Amino acid sequence: MIAARTLGVTGLAFCLSTTLGAQGASRRELVWGGDAEGGAPFVEADPANPSRVRGFDVEVAERIARGLGGEGRTARFVQVQWSNLDQSVERGDFTLGLSGVEDTPVRRARHAVTIPYFEFREVLAVRPEDAGRIHGLADLRGRRVATLGATIAYDLLVAARDSTGLIPISYDDDVHPYADLARGRVDAVLLDHIIAQRALRRSGGPGGAFVIVAQPVAIGHYVGVLARADAVLRDSVDAVLREAMRDGSLEQIFRRWDVWDPSQGALFDRVLRSDRAPKAAGAARGISAVAYLPSLAGAAGVTALVSLLSMMLAVIVGLGLASSRVYGPVWLRVATTVYIELIRGTPLLLQLFVIYYGLAGVVRLPAFLAAVLALGLNYAAYEAEIYRGALEAVPRPQLEAARTLGLSELQILRLVRGPQALRFALAPMTNDFVALLKDSSLVSVITVVELTKQTAIYATNVGSWVVPGALCAAIYLAMSLPLARLARRLERRWRPAA
Amino acid sequence: MSALLVIDRLSVRYDSRHVLRALSLEVRGGEIVALMGPSGVGKSTALRAVAALQPFDDGGIVVDGFELAPGPVPPESRLVPLRRRVGLVFQAHALFAHLTALDNVTLALRHVLGQSRSDAEAVATKLLASLDVGARATAWPSQLSGGEAQRVAIARALAPNPALLLMDEPTAALDPARRGALGTTLRHLTKQGRGLLIATHDTEFARGLADRIVSLGAG
Repeated sequence: MIAARTLGVTGLAFCLSTTLGAQGASRRELVWGGDAEGGAPFVEADPANPSRVRGFDVEVAERIARGLGGEGRTARFVQVQWSNLDQSVERGDFTLGLSGVEDTPVRRARHAVTIPYFEFREVLAVRPEDAGRIHGLADLRGRRVATLGATIAYDLLVAARDSTGLIPISYDDDVHPYADLARGRVDAVLLDHIIAQRALRRSGGPGGAFVIVAQPVAIGHYVGVLARADAVLRDSVDAVLREAMRDGSLEQIFRRWDVWDPSQGALFDRVLRSDRAPKAAGAARGISAVAYLPSLAGAAGVTALVSLLSMMLAVIVGLGLASSRVYGPVWLRVATTVYIELIRGTPLLLQLFVIYYGLAGVVRLPAFLAAVLALGLNYAAYEAEIYRGALEAVPRPQLEAARTLGLSELQILRLVRGPQALRFALAPMTNDFVALLKDSSLVSVITVVELTKQTAIYATNVGSWVVPGALCAAIYLAMSLPLARLARRLERRWRPAA
Repeated sequence: MSALLVIDRLSVRYDSRHVLRALSLEVRGGEIVALMGPSGVGKSTALRAVAALQPFDDGGIVVDGFELAPGPVPPESRLVPLRRRVGLVFQAHALFAHLTALDNVTLALRHVLGQSRSDAEAVATKLLASLDVGARATAWPSQLSGGEAQRVAIARALAPNPALLLMDEPTAALDPARRGALGTTLRHLTKQGRGLLIATHDTEFARGLADRIVSLGAG
């Protein structure tokens, strides 16, 4: 008890210190945010000491910190999910965001953005047999092209969807697109050349599972992002970056991480020649809510379809599990109990990953099917327990009366026990369906773009969660409230004058 | 007339305690036999053993030629002849809560005897009318009074036309006027040669109705 309380207090203190990280930082510290999940060569956990991070962005952050103020500062890293860097920096979680952050007009309009310090190329990766045919986005009509969501690359793909008819597939990370390219789930991957080269090394170098198309699709730049109110500090950071370009320390960092190439030298020259930053890549996007309504409606349709199909699967499998548990021989009862406890005792997220990625070597399920399977099989375990409870709640005299009339066990289940159990099961089933509707948002991790994912994309684009969040909540409520009402009505009908 | 039901030295034990010790009785066609005694002496247990809803430890039961032996209750597939011969009216009626009065009565006719829906409903409607609840055919069990529910339960048990009808405490929920009417109804049921075994602690009812009374002492 005492130990637990101490642990709780320590935990609370830790949370507070993390949350207040930027505000509570001493003047001698530069708190910077990045995503170590993005990995090398940007920011990754140091294999020699996983509590530390390393990577070229880590060294850039340290170089910036050293150059700030009279005697410089020390850099302190905080982990932030990559897609949340902008919102997090405005909240004050850290001072400088630096983790392959792209230079876009929207970002410049909303935050204080540094001068570019690295130039990257958006490159296509394709399977070796397609290398002769595919030279650009125009050659990908009707093909599935993967990238990381909420990036310039994703915007390029969405624009190309309308012009060339390719199918953009959005991922939450930059590793699985290449794995799915090798497995044939997608036909090409469009990402930064650094990421593509890293993936190529991982897959066994040239002659591996894919090749990189030489001609880049677009050019972009990495920048640091600060809160809008930090424009003065941003100017100081810019000064340090220019100094680092001049004195060669930035080049050394990039050479150490093997990402230096002539285009970086050219970028440095351009930056140092003009006080103004080069034009940001990508087009400024319309951000009115109306523009997002069609895509939100489509995503809501995906959510509804995934939920409905999963629930149907859950009911069918759940009924089988419950009857096995109530009527089956001992070995079957044990087997179903193991299944139910295994499913209920492990996270749905893990089950999604196992079914989509883990089983990919055995059976290559399409993302939508994998989503329905994972959700359906997961909820089947919960449905089974509801049905078992409902079957056991039917009063014994009802079953005995049916026996004395000469009904067989199967007839009793079908004509007496089942229909009565259904009434007990209906309310908890509805609750489960509403829960499933919301849990279906998890399937975005296996590239299914449903309501929550589409909202996140929307929120990232407009730079705020207020309107997208409210819209998203309203759509979920519009789906779940009528369900609850319908169930109450059915319950009343089947329990007359109760 | 030969005996419809013969119970011979029937004994039931829970753990090592005797609930029923060496009960013997007979019910012949056209006869009403009352099984009497205070509550807890095993009246219901005896009825449940005859209806093969629970096992017994010693003795024997023969229903119209069908024999039940001590030991576990046989599977339903072996009990088909017994189910055809014996009807049971539960003390609390145990009407199927999800079916109307009419559907409660037609269930066995349709699904056990294989009658068509219209045939079954014709039989059931007639039965309900003869028991004075014809007007309640479309009511749900929860909408019926105690007396009405009991009559529907009798109709349900009688629908497959069993030779022997068992009743557990039929007067428990009835006022005196209803009790008299029930006696008349039950007497009427024996007209076609049916036998009735009624478990009751209602001495007055038993004396007024039964052809014979079998008393169970405590213990």
